Amino acid sequence: MNPAYSVIFFSTATGAGYGLLILLAALAAAGLIPPRFGLGIAAFTVALTLITAGLLASTAHLGHPERAWRALTQWRSSWLSREGVAAVITYVPLLVFAFGWVVLGQNTGFWIWAGLAGAALAVVTLICTAMIYASLKPVPRWRNVWVVPVYLAMGLATGALLLNFLMHVCGLGAAWMVCLTAGMTLAAWSIKLAYWRHVDLARPMSSAGSATGLGRFGEVRQLESPHTSENFVMKEMGYRIARRHARKLRQLAFGIGGAVPFVLLLATLALPPVLAGFLLAVSVAAGASGTLIERWLFFAEAEHVVTLYYGARVSSGISGGK
Amino acid sequence: MTSLPPSPPKKLGLVIDLDTCVGCHACAVACKEWNAGGHSAPLTDENPYGADPTGVWFNRVHSYEVTGGECGRTVNFPRSCLHCDEPACVTVCPTGASYKRAEDGIVLVNPDTCIGCKLCSWACPYGAREFDDDDGIMKKCTLCIDRIYNEHLAENERVPACVAVCPTSARYYGDLGDPDSDVSRLVAERGGYDLMPEMGYKPVNKYLPPRPRKTAAGATGAPDRLEPLQSTTQGEDHNNRFLSWVDRLLSR
Repeated sequence: MNPAYSVIFFSTATGAGYGLLILLAALAAAGLIPPRFGLGIAAFTVALTLITAGLLASTAHLGHPERAWRALTQWRSSWLSREGVAAVITYVPLLVFAFGWVVLGQNTGFWIWAGLAGAALAVVTLICTAMIYASLKPVPRWRNVWVVPVYLAMGLATGALLLNFLMHVCGLGAAWMVCLTAGMTLAAWSIKLAYWRHVDLARPMSSAGSATGLGRFGEVRQLESPHTSENFVMKEMGYRIARRHARKLRQLAFGIGGAVPFVLLLATLALPPVLAGFLLAVSVAAGASGTLIERWLFFAEAEHVVTLYYGARVSSGISGGK
Repeated sequence: MTSLPPSPPKKLGLVIDLDTCVGCHACAVACKEWNAGGHSAPLTDENPYGADPTGVWFNRVHSYEVTGGECGRTVNFPRSCLHCDEPACVTVCPTGASYKRAEDGIVLVNPDTCIGCKLCSWACPYGAREFDDDDGIMKKCTLCIDRIYNEHLAENERVPACVAVCPTSARYYGDLGDPDSDVSRLVAERGGYDLMPEMGYKPVNKYLPPRPRKTAAGATGAPDRLEPLQSTTQGEDHNNRFLSWVDRLLSR
């Protein structure tokens, strides 16, 4: 599938923003974070900017962005529509939570309930985003049980890296938060590894034989393409550039997004605050870069069954085979 | 509304005979010609006279080679929207622009409400939808809705353009929801099948498989072999030997 940059930015940015706010609400509810103004203004600004910028970016690939509001109407059947509705509704409790924290200096009682409601809706929004892909039967690498956990875990891990850094900058840094962040990073990339393992071993569902119905006569091979240059279907669904580098890119994503932040986080436990702050900033950048590569691969590696009509033999889970 | 209507009473669609299709692309060209001025007009072409032309077409004709089992064979394979009974392209649409008509099952796009998110094209296993970059909306086969119900056309012309033009009558149009219709009977008789049934989209359009390959001549009442003009049994036929001797003599 063609990896549209607007969609990659959208899903990683909103993931990190929602992840940050989910953790902020959960940790505040547990009484672990005081309603300090500095942290509040920083965390809400960063998170809401990421979420809003991501949602706006997602409209950039539309043919008619001015009609985007129509996408809120078909929540009964469409995961994309559900995601839009959930994203809009989530703003309400999150802004109430932000008001209580930043303006009134409170993160307990009513205000934390608003925060928890916002966190729950943020989880719902992330699930809807993942389900847009996980519901598509023609893309076997997306249609599996690992896609939703990956989107949730990646959002939480990148959000944790951000929150951990902001807490450190605001003088609220704590060893437990560093360990929690390291744990979430480890968990997210373990889930991603499981996703990769799953899609690599998945058995192909369709073949050129089933796509044409000619499999009963023997092996089906494209003799002549219907057109001389690439059409929309081939460009959008038959994206193949750099797929042969998939293995290396996976290692790069895992190294930059998972291993580097994990090591840096643990190292900061034994370092003076200024140096630790610098390393935590690097960990945020590394986590974001790794997640961007991971999300790019999520699209670039995904094969669509329509390519079977254009000469692909089987729609397989085997990576880098082309 | 992108929720699907209850199973429509009529299921208008096509039956494509892979046995008689000669791969002439007339259906694709006629489709382009009609629809460039029809319901989804224009079907934008980019760089049409350049080195790398591209554009929106609703019908594409592939050619496949099938090997193994028996001798290789070439099968021409027209591919267009199958107007599925369970079209995920419709249910994924966030705006309601994609819809399946309750009265005849035709799947259409409303050009005034499509936001051009392209998700429907991702949801289609058959590559039936093509995005028009100029218009910023998704386009697809309309089953020539502006021909089949067009009272300005003579009754026998109220069929999709691809069906009307096919020089080998490899394309049939009709109601596949009615088990007694001509197309339904043809499908039953010839073993018409669904493309990628494992996707569960329940396509309405059916494909008729190529007929079994013939390895012997048909029975026409002719003898297996003709009587020899000249007997090969030499020695007994003196007359024949004499003629052979004359032949040899004259051939010197």
